[in-house]
Amino acid sequence: MTTTLTNPGAAVRGLGKSFGAVRALNGVTLEFPPGQVTALMGENGAGKSTLLKILTGDHQPTEGHVLLDGVEVALHSPAQARAAGIRIIPQEPEIIPHVSVAENVYAGALPRRSGRRLDRAELRRRIEADLERLGFARVLDPDLLGSELTPAQRQLVEILRALTGEAKVIAFDEPTSSLSEQEVDALFALIRRLRDQGVAVVYVSHRMKEIFQLADRIAVLRDGAVAGVLDAAQAGEADLVRLMVGRDLSTMFVRQMVATDRVVLDVQDISTDDVTGISLQVRAGEVVGLAGLIGAGRSELALALAGDRPIRSGKVLLEGQELRSGRPGEVIRAGLGLAPEERKAQALFLHRSIRDNTSLVVLERLRRWRFVRRSAERELAQEYSDRLRVRTPSIEHEVRKLSGGNQQKVVLARWLARKPKVLILDEPTRGIDVGAKAEIYQIIADLAKEGIALLVISSELPEVLGLADRVVVMQNGRITGELDREQATEERILSLAMADDLVSSDEGRTA
Amino acid sequence: MSTTTLSESTPEVKSRGKLSELLASVGGQNLSLIGGLVVVLALFGSLNDNYLSWNNIQVIAEAATISGLLAVVQTVVIICGGLDISVGSQAGLASVVSAMAFTSAGSNALVGMAAAIGVGVVIGLLNGVIIVYGRVNATIATLAGLAAYKGVAQLISNGAAQGYVLNNSIFIFLSRGKIAALPVMVWLLIVVALAVHVLLKYTDIGRNIYAIGGNDTAARLAGININKYLIAVYGLLGVVAAVAGILLTARTGSGQPTSGSEGLELQSITAAALGGCALKGGKGGIGGTLLAVALLGALENGLTVQGINSFWQNVAQGSLLVVAVVIQQRRSGERAVGLPG
Ligand SMILES: Nc1ncnc2c1ncn2[C@@H]1O[C@H](COP(=O)(O)OP(=O)(O)OP(=O)(O)O)[C@@H](O)[C@H]1O
Ligand SMILES: [Mg+2]
Repeated sequence: MTTTLTNPGAAVRGLGKSFGAVRALNGVTLEFPPGQVTALMGENGAGKSTLLKILTGDHQPTEGHVLLDGVEVALHSPAQARAAGIRIIPQEPEIIPHVSVAENVYAGALPRRSGRRLDRAELRRRIEADLERLGFARVLDPDLLGSELTPAQRQLVEILRALTGEAKVIAFDEPTSSLSEQEVDALFALIRRLRDQGVAVVYVSHRMKEIFQLADRIAVLRDGAVAGVLDAAQAGEADLVRLMVGRDLSTMFVRQMVATDRVVLDVQDISTDDVTGISLQVRAGEVVGLAGLIGAGRSELALALAGDRPIRSGKVLLEGQELRSGRPGEVIRAGLGLAPEERKAQALFLHRSIRDNTSLVVLERLRRWRFVRRSAERELAQEYSDRLRVRTPSIEHEVRKLSGGNQQKVVLARWLARKPKVLILDEPTRGIDVGAKAEIYQIIADLAKEGIALLVISSELPEVLGLADRVVVMQNGRITGELDREQATEERILSLAMADDLVSSDEGRTA
Repeated sequence: MSTTTLSESTPEVKSRGKLSELLASVGGQNLSLIGGLVVVLALFGSLNDNYLSWNNIQVIAEAATISGLLAVVQTVVIICGGLDISVGSQAGLASVVSAMAFTSAGSNALVGMAAAIGVGVVIGLLNGVIIVYGRVNATIATLAGLAAYKGVAQLISNGAAQGYVLNNSIFIFLSRGKIAALPVMVWLLIVVALAVHVLLKYTDIGRNIYAIGGNDTAARLAGININKYLIAVYGLLGVVAAVAGILLTARTGSGQPTSGSEGLELQSITAAALGGCALKGGKGGIGGTLLAVALLGALENGLTVQGINSFWQNVAQGSLLVVAVVIQQRRSGERAVGLPG
């Protein structure tokens, strides 16, 4: 580790941060040199986001300093950090819902004509030029309202926002967790360009592949302290994992096939506003992977199956019994569960405890008369919180105080604990560290062994390939193909996911 | 486990932990309310010898009963993500109905009460249905109710107090009776508050109410029938508002279309907000609300005992509501940008 702190770029020295009794950072000294990508890795709750939030003035450190070009700077607010040239693309994008993408991007610095009137023509010119320059012209319509954006688009708006004005340090907190391959490519090209322009880039991710593609240096945090700083060219995956988790992880996950012939979920030619003519079956003990690009309609299909979006035609049978559309409660009682994609918007009760969040869909089993049996509830929440390695002082902790990945684990805990007959997991491992991922795969395998039918939506192809008995690929609201475990490869899945519209809709019928 | 570093604690820390654990279970918000209550009692107690007498305490408690009942159900509605500003009008209408039904049934108190509660149920469910199926914002729907239900009460009563009920033993019992040295009214508040507290805290129904107010999308995806809950919660409010109306009749001796019930919406919302309810929903509890009711009651009585103009009391109450909400927003780290969410 180098300790000369008079270098240009950003650095932190002896940084500590406590949230009440929780010690999030402890004596962290790190450098973020200009013209390099420094990857920041570590388990969920290791302190990565906290470090970035201190850099951007969102949190004040309990001890230590931030240095910019070798000089101590006091960052008391995001505005100060911004003025100093530090930008962050946060883990959870903050978008103003009722205004357009363009206004979101330049919020606070909108172009004006004489008086205070908004100069719409100038705004339009600027956003189009910026979209073109940054390579996002085709993926983001500047006229969409903030509330209409998909998670990926929201992420892009944050990125655009960070790039207006002059930046010396740009930090990305898990920017790719909701982006598709295409968008990731565009983003990486952009990051490399920024690096070559001499920007100090900080990059947080749990995806090894990305780290090795992008990073020049890798800093690993463990329990709020620096566990090591490695040269990316020399670091190996196993070393990294050991630094992060403090132990070796069992090698590649191998799943036994336990699928039976008994069809549990039978989707017959359903169409909704977003998907057309979807037919698929999931058997007891089977894990079906649902692959496709962002926007292929996978999450919309999941929501429709869960009863949250109206089904226009076709029907869904669960163990032969038809599910009524538009009634999530009935669907859940019939035995179908969905752990949705967006944890904060669709799943979590941020001001309630981990215990409360976990037990919500299991209350029927935990109650006597209508009273919740406290000890049984606590046991259940503790069990899943331990298994998924939720990093928290207690299960009575409010969920909003957890790190992003730990919040995701709570969402999973809720549905894993319920053990429905059919479980749909939408991007289950988004933002989750390597250690906990392995545990989640193990739980999925165990559930399959118990005869639960699983449908797993994932944009991470290795995950789909590792987990699924069968992979169904969607594009543009239609199924474009189906691959057995033996046939499935990344290339095949991708080609089905990106297949030309016309061809694919015919293939979908025959597949 | 990865959590070990978080829970390192030496023995001394543990014993100190017991006290802080107790304090934590009471909650910071409640502690400051208790502090506020002590200050108010000490202040007026030192200004006036009679203020802290058992007699005056009972007066405070009785006066606070009606607003306390409404504050308790207002708390449930707010936790569920709603708001009801027609509570006062509902109580007024129930008061008139109870007295008129009592009189026309030949001084039958049970008929009077049943009629009032029936009206309460109908109005409560109506509010719920308008909000849920009419897709009307809760504030607007109940603002309309505030005017409309008051109007109905004035129409059927011609704007005047109705009947005289204190010739009936049941109403006399309600207004002056005591059980174990405590006024019956106060017992009623205790029973309702306890029942609602148990409902919120210990049943799955309560969990679902918090969930709906905390994140309605997530609650829907967790299979909770939000419409059913909202309508039921407004129905519950209607029933309790009717009980408050009956108590109003008993206290004043006759059915009151407006006097005594006007302004109760402000009081109940202030109490809930002071007591720690997030007006966005999903947060709060009965304990805090009751403490806030006590604080407001003690303050109001103190000001009256000191002979301070009741106009000032309105100013004090309005300011308290704003201060309570400002404190809460600061605590939740709400950013000061644009209209609050
Ligand atoms: N506002 C807060 N209040 C209390 N504790 C907090 C708060 N924010 C973070 N923490 C705690 O600080 C620790 C570090 O959290 P942080 O968000 O920095 O983790 P992270 O490394 O970004 O994890 P992830 O990979 O899951 O995003 C966690 O234990 C978390 O519970
Ligand atoms: Mg994080």
